[in-house]
Formats: sequence, structure tokens, C-alpha cells
Amino acid sequence: MIDIIIDMVLLLFLTVMAFTILRLRDLLSMAMILGLYSLLMAGLFMVMDAPDVAFTEAAVGSGVATILMLVTLTLTRIRYEKKAAGLQWRPLIIVLLTGAALLYGIHDIPPVGDIEAPAQQHVADRYIAEARNETGVPNMVTAVLASYRGFDTLGEVVVIFTAGIGVMLLLGNGTRRYRG
Amino acid sequence: MKDNIILRIVAKLLIPLVILFALYVQFHGDYSPGGGFQAGVIFSSALILYRLIFGLQAGNEVIPRPILKLLASLGVLLYAGTGVVTMLMGGEFLDYSVLADTPIHGQHTGIILVELGVGFTVSATMLLIFDAFAGRPLATQNTTTGKRDD
Repeated sequence: MIDIIIDMVLLLFLTVMAFTILRLRDLLSMAMILGLYSLLMAGLFMVMDAPDVAFTEAAVGSGVATILMLVTLTLTRIRYEKKAAGLQWRPLIIVLLTGAALLYGIHDIPPVGDIEAPAQQHVADRYIAEARNETGVPNMVTAVLASYRGFDTLGEVVVIFTAGIGVMLLLGNGTRRYRG
Repeated sequence: MKDNIILRIVAKLLIPLVILFALYVQFHGDYSPGGGFQAGVIFSSALILYRLIFGLQAGNEVIPRPILKLLASLGVLLYAGTGVVTMLMGGEFLDYSVLADTPIHGQHTGIILVELGVGFTVSATMLLIFDAFAGRPLATQNTTTGKRDD
């Protein structure tokens, strides 16, 4: 019962945030509310028993990403979103079609925690049964990410490293002295 | 912002706690939620907070940029290197079972090593990206109106 109430409250605030971002024109406030949106998402992940994802969402989504957006706004000195002239039909149609497709797709999503779900049918049983014995690591998520799926995680680390190199190449080395 | 006493005191209280939590998430990741990636972003968010309050210059004095670049590449090297070592010791790439006397010890050692690599790369890269953004010169033109405003 309490789970449902927390879910409802979080989702309600999430919707409020989304509509607030739509209505705002001030980019600074938009960046801040996007941060709040991520924090609410982190709360939802926590309710769904995924604290690892919640950590990441809280630190990256509402922390680092928001700060990077604020820094970008400071650098570019753009304050307001340009107002579109009249109703934009083509984007509206695309958005409505995508929304309809997503709503239609909801029917095929298995309920949360369904053991018949395709995701639970493949190797999950083996991980749950054997992860502790095979790796000696009680946290199954760590065992899967670092050991069973070690090659994927190596790829992710290389992606992050590459992203860092890319940003440094594009934006320079950050050698300018800070005036603040 | 370094003249604001409230920000400064709160940051000084918070930053050590955040760093401590990051280390906990890193080294306790085998037993509780978290791991290298989460620890890395939490650690870097603490140092980004430091940069926001005390300035980029002071932030760069805590960990100099060459060391950050070294750490970012060292993480990838540590991760991939663990894989190469397991190959040299007769296993497959990233099969940690051969690292120690028993497979379970080997797995545990391997997981700790690669998580450390992830932590190094993620924390250093986040800081480098922030520095690259924050170190840019300010735009001299207001891009919305096209007029110079300074």
C-alpha cells in the first residue's frame, strides 16, 4: 500500500516537473527543474529496489549533468528559449505518433517482477543460484557487472574514457585560469 | 562564490563526507549496492562542488590536471590489464578464476581490481569534462540577440 502511495506521489511530481519544463522559457530554471526531475527518477529507482541505478541517476542526472548545463548556459550567455512562431504542426504530429506508439507498446511490457518475463528466462536463474558460490561476492549486481559481464563493463569504461577525450579535444584543455 | 560564508562552511562539512561515502561505495561494492561507476561519480561530484565554491584554480591544485589524465587512462589500463594478466596466467580474457589459488579468491581479486579501474576512469573523466567546460572563455556576444553586451 505504502509503495503505491510513494509511487503515485513521485510519478505525480514527475508529471508536474515535465509540464513545468514545457511551459518555462527561462533556460536556467529549465536546467534546475530537469535536475529535480532526475532526483525524482532516482527516488523511483530506489522504490523499484535498484539502488545502484538510483546512485547513478542522483549523482550524474541531477548532479553532474545539471552543473554541466549550467556551465554551458553561463558560457554561451543564452538566457531564454526562442519563442516559436505559431503552432508547429510537424513536430506535434511526430510527438503524438511517438506517444501513441509508446502507449500501444505498454501492453506488451510484462508486469514488474514477473518470473515469466523474457528477461528472467535466459541466464538470470543461473546468476541467482550460482553467483555467490562462483564469485564469492554477496552483491549479485556487482558479480554480474564485473565478472559475468566483465567484457561489457570494459566497453563502458572505454566509452567514458573516449567521451572524456572527445570533450577535451572539442573544448580545449581547460587551461584558462578561472576568474571567480 | 568563495566569499559566501554559508556556502563555504557547508561545502567544507559536506565534501569530506561525500568523499568518504564514495570510498565506502567503492570498497564495499561487493557487499552493498554500488561499485566503481557509482563511487567514481560520487567522488567527482564532491570535487566538482569544491571547484564550484572555491574556483577552478583551487580545484586544480587539489588534483593537478596531468594526474587526472593519468588516472583516467590508468583506470582503463588496470581493467584491460587485469584481462591480459588472466590470459597470461592461462585463463580466458577477464576470467578472474586463475588470479589466485582458488577460483573464488581469484574472482574476488579480479572484481576488486576492475572496479578500482572503473572508479579511477569515471571520477577522473568526469572532472576532466567539467574542467573542459568550466575552463572555456566566456562568450563575448549574447547569442540570442546577436548584440555585444559587455
